[in-house]
Amino acid sequence: MDNILTYMTFIPLAGAVVVLFLPNNAKLIRWFSAAATVPPLIMAIWLFTYFDRSKAGFQFVEDYYWIPTFNISYIMGVDGVSISMVLLTALLCFICIFASFGIEKAVKGYFALFLMLDTGMMGVFCALDFFLFYIFWEVMLLPMYFLIGIWGGPRREYAAIKFFLYTLFGSVLMLLAILALYFTVEPHTFDMRAMMRFADNYGTQALPIWPFNLWGWGFQHVIWMALFIGFAIKIPAFPFHTWLPDAHVEAPTAISVILAGVLLKMGTYGILRTNFPMLPVATADLAYWFLGALGAWNIIYGALCAMAQKDLKKLVAYSSVSHMGYVMLGMASFTTQGINGAVLQMFNHGTITGMLFLLVGVVYDRAHHREIEGFGGVASIMPVYTGMTALAFFASMGLPGLSGFISEVLVLLGVWQKYPVLTILGASGVVLTAGYLLWTIQRVYLGPPNEKYLKMPEINGREMFTLVPLGAIVVLVGIYPQVVLDLLRASLDQLNQVIVPHLKS
Amino acid sequence: MDLKNVASLSFFLPEIILSATILVLMVLDLISQEKRGLALIAIGGCAATLIATLDLYYAPAGWLFHRMMVLDSFSLFFKVVTMAATILCIWMALGSNEIRRVHQGEFYALLLICALGMFFMASSSNLLMAYLSLELVSLMSYVLTGFLPRSRRSSEAALKYLIYGGVASGTMIYGMSWVFGMTGSLEYAAIQAALGEKGYNSAAMFMAFIFIMAGFGYKIVFVPFHMWSPDVYQGAPTPFTAFLSVASNAAGMAIMIRFFFPGVSRMLPGGDWAILTGVEWPHVLLLLSMITMTVGNLCALNQRNVKRMLAYSGIAHAGYMMMGLAILNNEGLSAVLFYVIVYLIMNLGAFLVVGMIANVTGDEDIENYRGLAWRGAVVPAVCLAVFLFSLTGLPPFAGFIGKFFLFSAVIKQGGAFAVLAVVAALNSVVSLYYYAKIVKTMFLDAPRVEDKTMAVAVNDFTLLLPLAVLTVVFGLYFAPLVTYTSRSLGFFVK
Repeated sequence: MDNILTYMTFIPLAGAVVVLFLPNNAKLIRWFSAAATVPPLIMAIWLFTYFDRSKAGFQFVEDYYWIPTFNISYIMGVDGVSISMVLLTALLCFICIFASFGIEKAVKGYFALFLMLDTGMMGVFCALDFFLFYIFWEVMLLPMYFLIGIWGGPRREYAAIKFFLYTLFGSVLMLLAILALYFTVEPHTFDMRAMMRFADNYGTQALPIWPFNLWGWGFQHVIWMALFIGFAIKIPAFPFHTWLPDAHVEAPTAISVILAGVLLKMGTYGILRTNFPMLPVATADLAYWFLGALGAWNIIYGALCAMAQKDLKKLVAYSSVSHMGYVMLGMASFTTQGINGAVLQMFNHGTITGMLFLLVGVVYDRAHHREIEGFGGVASIMPVYTGMTALAFFASMGLPGLSGFISEVLVLLGVWQKYPVLTILGASGVVLTAGYLLWTIQRVYLGPPNEKYLKMPEINGREMFTLVPLGAIVVLVGIYPQVVLDLLRASLDQLNQVIVPHLKS
Repeated sequence: MDLKNVASLSFFLPEIILSATILVLMVLDLISQEKRGLALIAIGGCAATLIATLDLYYAPAGWLFHRMMVLDSFSLFFKVVTMAATILCIWMALGSNEIRRVHQGEFYALLLICALGMFFMASSSNLLMAYLSLELVSLMSYVLTGFLPRSRRSSEAALKYLIYGGVASGTMIYGMSWVFGMTGSLEYAAIQAALGEKGYNSAAMFMAFIFIMAGFGYKIVFVPFHMWSPDVYQGAPTPFTAFLSVASNAAGMAIMIRFFFPGVSRMLPGGDWAILTGVEWPHVLLLLSMITMTVGNLCALNQRNVKRMLAYSGIAHAGYMMMGLAILNNEGLSAVLFYVIVYLIMNLGAFLVVGMIANVTGDEDIENYRGLAWRGAVVPAVCLAVFLFSLTGLPPFAGFIGKFFLFSAVIKQGGAFAVLAVVAALNSVVSLYYYAKIVKTMFLDAPRVEDKTMAVAVNDFTLLLPLAVLTVVFGLYFAPLVTYTSRSLGFFVK
């Protein structure tokens, strides 16, 4: 299987082109798009099966010239971290196509854009050339803008442009940082692997410019910060998170799933792929404040915001802010447990939040609103639906036996060894999470049923089809986390070894 | 080589063909009733000119007409660009209702004279020649701007353009007289030699450069010489606005680079340039570049007329291009030339769609774009979105690569130039807002009941689709273009 990553990335794009030329038959377009996401899923599972878990380096590498004059190459490859993300992306894209079957407006455009988005996301997780990475990173913005803007809710225009402007702001800083790295590496190249090998040679002595000299920041720190802002907007880390509630609430269900399940992971993935291995000294210096403390703040702030929400979807959106905080916190610990827990949390959050958004979508399709106070006693009207919801909520809360528990515990165990204060703050987030989720269950699902919704039909087969695979993964990873952790261990250990020597105890 | 008048003629074939075409067009305009045929003759003449220009790549570089003009790969580059823009604009004019109602034959003839002036601008190596060619282009531009006889806007724009142009070129020739007074020559080669030898009063030289910059700045449209541009862009017939925005800007760049680089600086081995006489003009350009892009983008934010918005966006793009000049090396210049080509493609494309929509709706108000994609004009809407996102500088479109090279040249210089790069990068974010506003109106807004459906002429498609495809192709595979622009920096100095 040569070039499997290329096929996996570009088959959806080819599908998108074909969709544009299909006759205007909604049913045909839907099923064709669904078919176009099957090969990447199969390939992702194939990669998962044949990935050599004992090796730390990149596997399935493809390396071709693209623009030789500037040493821009087409390099694809995966390590443990990216392969888990690729699997998540392939799965969520496949599921979300089915979750989009209810789309009636401009069906052809919707599915073509969706497939383009698929290509962009796959590309980001596979690219090993920084130029290529940036292209994929940006290419994803355009379909996302239209998907939110055309098929979204009432405030969709505002949400779409806000998402676009925030992300672009981050990515132009990233572009400048990439160029600065390019001109520092000898010989000049965009190859990420070469940039990683060069890691010890990026300048660390304080720049003579105010205010960098005040903080003792060198070239490496400035570049780290520029990249970090680009990624932090995607995570989204406080204070760059405000695009997220708007975008999530206005986007159609499937796109919310993709946003929360895949796009947010790109932020933390980018930090692990570039900031950590390329700029280890700056990472060691800055991680405590900008990943650890900010992560802990994200956990608490997100949870408190979620508690105050009246809109079910907004609640889930803020819970994402909170849960991504665990990822940042775990990454900052540089311990085996912490960093493995962080990446596992990325994977788990993708599946759990995916479920949550799908579940909100189910009830929204029936009631046409998402007011928490507007429901009540849904459990007695839709028992199966409520069962699925309970599974997702408890997973999100971190109930032992479900996947969320494993990753949160690993993160907290890892962080405890380094930053006890942050651990206490992070752990208090677990309580807050339980608070807002249980309170929501109580208000929406328990109590006397609302008269208006007595006739609400039970969850249907298509909806169950989108939820069951995710639910199965949540349970499986909760009982046997080694399926994912095995993938990560070697790569993350190597990553830790790069940074640990630079840590000032 | 350094040729006399008659010997120069054989290297002057493109201009001769162009002049002959102009004369033929004028005569035929009196006889012929079939005005569309004239456009085809004009395109034929341009194509012949283009071929003759390309043929000159085989000729040796050198001076023509007693060092009035210079033939080198740099001048040929801008001639090719000018001809490409001219052909595309004539094609665009063929489908334009604005032009159909007026004297078509004259329009084409005047447009070609304008192009001829740009040929001279690209190859002038003498201050007098530079001034004369710039004036030739300006005069034709005034006439073409005021070409719509019934339109008050058009007349107002022409008058404004004339007044600003008069002031700018007057300032410029005053500055040239200072240079002449101090160095005793109008020839670039002699000026450079003189500047290298003895010390000059650098304050006086600095003032002279600033005055000269006023003339160039008015052509390239940078702040503070930009005030004419929004009115002129809005008032002029759309095909000519398109021509003005790309060709006039490119020719201005050509004349400015020629004066400031081989004219008053010296090239060092390795592609860097050293300023002579200690006049720090790059710093002025650096500052102007930042101001220009910021002013352009901020003013564009709230425009309701799309042509006017594109005028301000053009100012911003002039600012981006000037980044490449301020860093004083060949990489920067090559990035500028690359941007010139990319800007030509995407901006012409944008104006083409604007013109197509104006043909149906009558004006360029953004309200008319409401729900365009749902009114039977999906293809033009998608193409316009491609051009606008390319202008923003998003991959995978050519505009991104253009900005990428400009940024990379600036970042490579490092130091204080990093600030310039950051300002430019943030400006791209600002620009997204107004470009996306048009896209939003086309795709996200629902059409009003009274909005007409759009029918698109086949003629426009033949131009639109290739431009859109090129915008994407150059965004993904740009190696040949980079090779071409970096080889176009062969300045002939002696």
